[in-house]
Amino acid sequence: MFEFVMPPAFILITGAVLVALARPTLRPAIALLAPLITLYAIWQVPDGVQLTTTFLGYQIELVEGSALRRLFATVFALMAFGGVLFAFRQSKWYELSAAMVYAAGAIGVSFAGDLITLFIFWELMALSSTIVVWCGGTETARAAGIRYAIVHLTGGLILKIGIEGIYVATGSLEIQALTLDSFATWMVFIGVLINAAAPPISAWLADAYPEASPMGGVFLSAFTTKTSVFALILLFPGQPLLVWIGLFMIFYGIIFALLENDMRRILSYSIVNQVGFMVTAIGIGTELALNGAAAHAFAHIIYKALLFMSAGAVLYQTGVRKCSELGGLFRTMPLTTICGIIGALAISAFPFTSGFVSKSMISSAAGYEQLGVVWFLLIAASAGVFLHAGIKFPWFVFFQKDSGLRPPEAPWNMRIAMVLFAAACIVIGVFPNLLYGLLPYPVDYEPYTAEHVITQLQLLLFAGLAFFVLLPLMKRTETISLDVDWLYRRAVPALAGRIDRGLTAAGEAASRLVLGVGSLLIRGFKESTYRYFSSRGPMGHTALWMAAVLALFLVMTLIL
Amino acid sequence: MTPEREQAIREGANHWLVQPRTVRVLKWISGLILALTVLAQFFVPVHAYFSVDSWPGFYAGFGFLSCVAMVLFAKVLGWLLKRPDDYYMRPTRLAPSVIEEDGQSDDV
Repeated sequence: MFEFVMPPAFILITGAVLVALARPTLRPAIALLAPLITLYAIWQVPDGVQLTTTFLGYQIELVEGSALRRLFATVFALMAFGGVLFAFRQSKWYELSAAMVYAAGAIGVSFAGDLITLFIFWELMALSSTIVVWCGGTETARAAGIRYAIVHLTGGLILKIGIEGIYVATGSLEIQALTLDSFATWMVFIGVLINAAAPPISAWLADAYPEASPMGGVFLSAFTTKTSVFALILLFPGQPLLVWIGLFMIFYGIIFALLENDMRRILSYSIVNQVGFMVTAIGIGTELALNGAAAHAFAHIIYKALLFMSAGAVLYQTGVRKCSELGGLFRTMPLTTICGIIGALAISAFPFTSGFVSKSMISSAAGYEQLGVVWFLLIAASAGVFLHAGIKFPWFVFFQKDSGLRPPEAPWNMRIAMVLFAAACIVIGVFPNLLYGLLPYPVDYEPYTAEHVITQLQLLLFAGLAFFVLLPLMKRTETISLDVDWLYRRAVPALAGRIDRGLTAAGEAASRLVLGVGSLLIRGFKESTYRYFSSRGPMGHTALWMAAVLALFLVMTLIL
Repeated sequence: MTPEREQAIREGANHWLVQPRTVRVLKWISGLILALTVLAQFFVPVHAYFSVDSWPGFYAGFGFLSCVAMVLFAKVLGWLLKRPDDYYMRPTRLAPSVIEEDGQSDDV
């Protein structure tokens, strides 16, 4: 057994540094091995606090183990491996390195034993993910990265205010279930929810992720929102407000994805949708619901990464991102098509895919708790997921009207990564106990009953029917949809511009007025000097002016 | 549209998966599966969390109708929220000083 536990996050950070420093020929090996060594280290962490140290005078717990923590760390490490495999031949070294630090941040949060450690790794993720966004390399990526950084640094600041407030009030930095009864806990709540893309700050996700490189998008899809889900499970389990926040996110994701044309933005909205399922489950808060949230996070990371990989492969091969310009790609990219479809089926919770065994825990939890409205909305949303991601994404990208694009199949490393993740989706779906064994609470749940499979198939297939019946209504338009980010991308700059223009105009008017009045006075004075000083003027005037000038002199000599 | 693209589209139409015949067969098979999933409910009793959800075909009808509702709602919202996709690339009406520096026009 380990006497000294090396924090798994540090292993991955070391890997990231080595990738940056190593010779180009060694980079792929380091980048691929580091997540695997990290994965091994994750499974060596036993329950309880393992490593404490002193930081700025505080006793902090760098590593604390539990089933839930290992579950999240495991999927983050797997994701890092799959992402590196997908990216290592195409990405620049700094993109790989930043993505590995990003994954390390997520793993660090998973094992954080106290709020300070959590905050440090939280910020590490914000910074490294911003670099991943910037690696998109375009002007829009640069701008989107700055907006992304502003949102996350603000969120981090709010979180930090909350953490400090909690420390001042209780003297404890333990990560434990909090209640929303003070300013500080509200700040923590808001800070964590900003990373979950909860309303009203959801727009950053669909703004930034589609601007990353085809490889960067795969990494971005996984970590930020799911660490936030992890933090919510530990900090706010059973908080009723989360049920409604989650439901809002679910339908926000569906509706905006239905309106969207950019293929990776469709997938980004569907991240918000899926995280909404997890947030709702955390709000329900029973053991089954929390298990469901954790299981869904695990399954979601894998199939969402798979979807981003297939979209990334298409983008890498064609350079086209709009659904209205894609279509018919199944002819020359059959493997990408099949992997994309498997990911789409998994996100829709089709029987024998990973989504089925995890998402149904959440709706069942709502059913067992007799939460009527919540249950019916979750079922409607499950149909909606198939509509917006399950069919819409593969249909518009790989089928629909032929675009005439004939890109060759994706490079071999991308293909292997996609096949591995597609296989994982199916293996978890067929052998759910592999996943159930990792969950925080004992699982007494059987997803594969005849009635469950039949009702789920009914729900999904009729949602599919609705898609094809309503296809004329879903004709792709070359548009984007306004979101809350309109406020800071348009309204505030426009308002600032208006104020600035107004002030400039007012300033010009004021100076014109002063100059006009002044020149009028001076002209009048010059033209009619005779009135005051000429011989024709009355004697009294001149005497008065002389007296005034003398008085002025007198005053000046007295003062100066 | 380049001539190669047009050529590719003409040749692509010969793929077996997009032949009208295949599409017709697929439609019939899909219809059959849809019917089967509803009919199967007469042989497998569905237990209810509430009451309506054990009705035959509840999931089919509910799924279909909620999808229609969501698509229509999205359509209505689209009229309100959709903008041309270069919307954010156009310069805003910023302050005159900024416009001079960037050489951007003032028309939006």
